[in-house]
Amino acid sequence: MRHGRGRFVAGFLAAPLAVYLIFMIWPYVQTLMYSFTSWGGFSNEAPFAGLDNYRQLLSDDTFQAALLHNVFFLVALPLVTILLALFFAFLLNVGGRGNRAGVRGVFGSSVYKVIFFFPQVLSVAIIVILWDALYRTDGQGLINFLLIKLHLVDPNHPLQFVNDPTPFLGVPKVLWWILIVVVWANVGFYLVLFSAAMQSISKDIYEAAMLDGATRVHTFFRITLPLLRDSVSVAWVYIGFVALDMFVWIFALTPQQGGPNHASEVFATVLWREAFTRGQFGYACAMGVAMAIFTLILGAIQLTATRRERIEL
Amino acid sequence: MTTVSDTASTSAITPAPGERIGLRRPGRGERGGVLNVFSHAILVCWGLMVALPLLWAVMSAFKTDAEIVRDPIGLPDGLHWENFTTAWTTGHIGDLFLNTVIVMAGGVAGTMLLGAMAAYVLARYDFPGNRAIYYLFIAGLTLPIFLAIVPLYKVVANIGASFPWLGLNSYLMLVIVYIAFSLPFTVFFLHSFFRTLPTEIAEAAIMDGATHTKLFFKVMLPMAKPGLISIGIFNVIGQWNQWLLPTVLMQPQSGGEEKHAMLAQGLIELMVNQGYQGDYGALFAGTTMAMLPILIVYVSFQRQVQAGLTGATLK
Repeated sequence: MRHGRGRFVAGFLAAPLAVYLIFMIWPYVQTLMYSFTSWGGFSNEAPFAGLDNYRQLLSDDTFQAALLHNVFFLVALPLVTILLALFFAFLLNVGGRGNRAGVRGVFGSSVYKVIFFFPQVLSVAIIVILWDALYRTDGQGLINFLLIKLHLVDPNHPLQFVNDPTPFLGVPKVLWWILIVVVWANVGFYLVLFSAAMQSISKDIYEAAMLDGATRVHTFFRITLPLLRDSVSVAWVYIGFVALDMFVWIFALTPQQGGPNHASEVFATVLWREAFTRGQFGYACAMGVAMAIFTLILGAIQLTATRRERIEL
Repeated sequence: MTTVSDTASTSAITPAPGERIGLRRPGRGERGGVLNVFSHAILVCWGLMVALPLLWAVMSAFKTDAEIVRDPIGLPDGLHWENFTTAWTTGHIGDLFLNTVIVMAGGVAGTMLLGAMAAYVLARYDFPGNRAIYYLFIAGLTLPIFLAIVPLYKVVANIGASFPWLGLNSYLMLVIVYIAFSLPFTVFFLHSFFRTLPTEIAEAAIMDGATHTKLFFKVMLPMAKPGLISIGIFNVIGQWNQWLLPTVLMQPQSGGEEKHAMLAQGLIELMVNQGYQGDYGALFAGTTMAMLPILIVYVSFQRQVQAGLTGATLK
């Protein structure tokens, strides 16, 4: 039984590990190495530049504005998505008619779930094209057209959506419009996630609570929500990754891929422009490293926060 | 995370006017009656917000451009199939589909095979360096793709200089890159899955003289089928949605070379380059053709897709 064991282990690990190291780990390691050079990207020469790129980052206004925009998404996106998803999951599971204990779906809840889940299976490209058309600024887009018909919007001044850099609550309006699209695209998934978690809770708990006279709504807030804690924190991490990225949404939906006039730049769009438009690969790599450090710090905060929660329990 | 859950529960109370109603009506039969109507009203609203834009795109695909501009919400005055012809010929939707299917077939199959092999060995065999390799895979979970995109482009270009069939714009290269970037989650998920499988059957198979390789393919893989389906669906959707990797890597290297663009990449290029400037009908037709097959597949397998995706996330 022992013979051939070592060879088997090595044989099975060789291919996955090789692919992973060459095409994933090696590029990340190179990002770190190039961040100390002024590599232009197209030559094979990468003159050593020490910490110059990092010093430049500290005085780069566009980069710092982009960082703030990522922070905006990092706060707003999980908050809105999770609240909406929980709310819909509550309505789907608790709103049901009848007097049986426990979580029971409303009539047609599986139909609702199928439809709500649509954006998750559509390619991001399709969602972007749809919303680009919905957000048309000339009165012919679906949203402007309907609002003008309802006399909610002046036909001479239709909504400018992603062309609008003026601030709302201290954040350029274009970012709020993008937020709506990304929430629209993500809510369905987390709703199904929370719904599945709710249905896996044992019915006995509900029956006991009902015997003690608890109402359906009571049981939701006293039993269901606390037991969803784990799912909610998983969701928070996943949406956090979306908020740190945001690349495709900003790149494809906003004018000048981060405009108007840099009002909607995020980390990823600035990095992209430095690398592929301006040929500043070394500098772009330094941005990548800064981003990775930022992500790691967030991860550490997340870990300590969860650990504290466990002790409390 | 504490603050997070607290805000979540406090704010979730506010949008529930049904709560007060529910408390006032303890009668068994009608409990939840008003809440029920209220639920359906809100749920139908959100359902319409999701479905109407999709229906609108399909409807607009049958309109002429003049109609779309004149009356965006009216029904088409006739079925203008020529939009679909335009999208198919100038937008190369057919080629995009074929390219995507080729790369995804290779990418998902390769991810499943290599991911299962690595996860199995790491989960069931003890050897020096096991933990280190496992954590190396897990580390990939935390790194966003675009951090590595610049050097990745360079790595692929350099390999392509010696082996053109593995360089930029090659199907095989993209398949391998997809595999590399799908491995962390696949290994992470299947690792925990292989750990839960019972050891008795494996021991019995070894007693009967099965080799380790045979044990894996004949015994362990079939036992891991539910996990494989979950992670398989997860990878299908992930690679189907992938846009950044093909956009950077699938670039023709000489003027005469045909670009092997993926569907997501091709559609966004159409939009950004405004190749269809003024030709919204054809853009909607292209979108419709890209959208309907995946929606049909999803609706047919919706239970498996929902369970698979959410199951994979919660592991």
